[in-house]
Amino acid sequence: MNKTDFKNVYVFAEQREGVIQPVALELIGKANDLAKELGEKVVAVLAGYKMDALAQTLIEYGADEVIKIDHPNLEHYLTEQYAQAIDQVIKHFRPSIVLFGATTIGRDLAPRLSARMSTGLTADCTKLEISENKELMMTRPAFGGNLMATIMCTEHRPQMSTVRPGVMQKLTPDSSRKGVITPFEVQFDESKFKVKLVEIVKEDKGKIDISEAKILVSGGRGVGCKENFENLRQLAAQLGAEVSASRAVVDSGIMPHDRQVGQTGKTVRPNLYLALGISGAIQHLAGMEESDFIVAINKDKFAPIFQVADVGIVGDVNKIVPLLTQRLEGMMKK
Amino acid sequence: MEIVVCIKQVPDTTEIKINPVTGTLIRDGVPSIMNPDDKGGLEMALRMKDEYGAHVTVITMGPPQADLVLREALAMGADDAILLTDRKFAGADTLATSNALAGALRTLKWDLIITGRQAIDGDTAQVGPQIAEHLGIPQISYVANLARKSENEFLVKKETEEGYQMLEVSAPCLLTVLASANKARYMSVPGIVDAYNKEVQLWSAAMIDVDETKLGLKGSPTKVLKAFAKGMKQAGQVYEVEPEEAVGLIISKLQEKFII
Repeated sequence: MNKTDFKNVYVFAEQREGVIQPVALELIGKANDLAKELGEKVVAVLAGYKMDALAQTLIEYGADEVIKIDHPNLEHYLTEQYAQAIDQVIKHFRPSIVLFGATTIGRDLAPRLSARMSTGLTADCTKLEISENKELMMTRPAFGGNLMATIMCTEHRPQMSTVRPGVMQKLTPDSSRKGVITPFEVQFDESKFKVKLVEIVKEDKGKIDISEAKILVSGGRGVGCKENFENLRQLAAQLGAEVSASRAVVDSGIMPHDRQVGQTGKTVRPNLYLALGISGAIQHLAGMEESDFIVAINKDKFAPIFQVADVGIVGDVNKIVPLLTQRLEGMMKK
Repeated sequence: MEIVVCIKQVPDTTEIKINPVTGTLIRDGVPSIMNPDDKGGLEMALRMKDEYGAHVTVITMGPPQADLVLREALAMGADDAILLTDRKFAGADTLATSNALAGALRTLKWDLIITGRQAIDGDTAQVGPQIAEHLGIPQISYVANLARKSENEFLVKKETEEGYQMLEVSAPCLLTVLASANKARYMSVPGIVDAYNKEVQLWSAAMIDVDETKLGLKGSPTKVLKAFAKGMKQAGQVYEVEPEEAVGLIISKLQEKFII
């Protein structure tokens, strides 16, 4: 293998029923950083059926080129159909890097491809960088998030990874951005299509899993009565967040147990954790200290929650929260 | 029906603690368990056995002490157990691991191969689909339910972010199963006694059908450059300000972090 034959950063532009998945746009954003350091292009691979407008969207979000595969076989995601399509794209264009979202689709497709091409794949990355030798450095959590590992794939191409949704940043879309759309024809071997889709069922999963939430508005004893929790719900609605609670609040019956954060509740690691009126018992901290960004509001300036908070505010949650909601509301309107 | 279930012995990651002084993992005294998703897969196989009379073989790759999870599987009701153990398997990434397991599977008979969706120590979810590709059989991942339609046709429920899909597949096929798919049975007392009367077959690299260059560290395209503890979190800044100012502060921090 001659590494110089492999060029450009490819992103699998995952779409479902004609909707580009947010992680695909996040990956295009990250691919721009990587491509810049390598002096290469960002190429999005869009596979599906009748997705005319989507290629332009990918360009607006930073793709220099979109390889578009439009075929009825690709209307819904099925492993073998998509594996054949992406495999042929990779063999034809020889990218140096291919990124997938770590979704139920990306985590099904990417390993199948890595085995087909005998190349490495790193799962669920949270950080991607380029080394001095122009190799991809992929960092990911392991051991239940207790350990981070940086992984490389120096002797094989392409270098592939799945990337956790919600970690990388999208670019601001720019409709003046120019890009090339390249249609690509796949030669399908339909004799290998062994799995038949019978039905797709969408569920309003009803039960909210707070450990899946990107933003948590979490209330503790300091919030006080049940009525005050309404303030938290309104703030959560503004942020697209879920409401969670400390043990004290759950024990008093204000919130159900499935909303409890901490040792006896759930371990959460959202992008933003708002700890409101939570003092921060060690059992609570154990359940939330891995959150990416923690804002705490508490009356007691010695509350242990401030030791893990990125931003701490000494004050009354019941005064600050309604104000914050109001201000966010104003911002959204603009 | 022949079913092979691939299982893994893993450290119970919920029991791992970090030494607050050195920031390193404390692995001593952390119990080893059967990976939860694999247990869900084994239970799914055993239910097929209960209902239709399948023959269930469990296989694992690991050091000699991985014998323990195989005994547990036998005590739950598996019929045969194989331990792939050889220095040549050591240092394998997911691709090399899948090569070894596929090599062993090539020498066995199966209608269904079942693996867990992912292991709690690595969380990659890669080995199952990679095995399926090596063997040239279809895969269905994130399996929440398996129902038999006829002798060799199955209806499979696959979980997705939005809900689920119902998929139809014929044997041979590989499924990667969720721990939440079922509630795994306990080992029975006669099962435990039985498990220690049965033989766990020890297989070396020479006994499986795979090119040795595809195994272990040599056969691993990915290499770990470094591993490090995430480190203890540093406290941020604490402000004692009026509510109005506090709100402005929070909003600007959230904007800085691209959260809003």
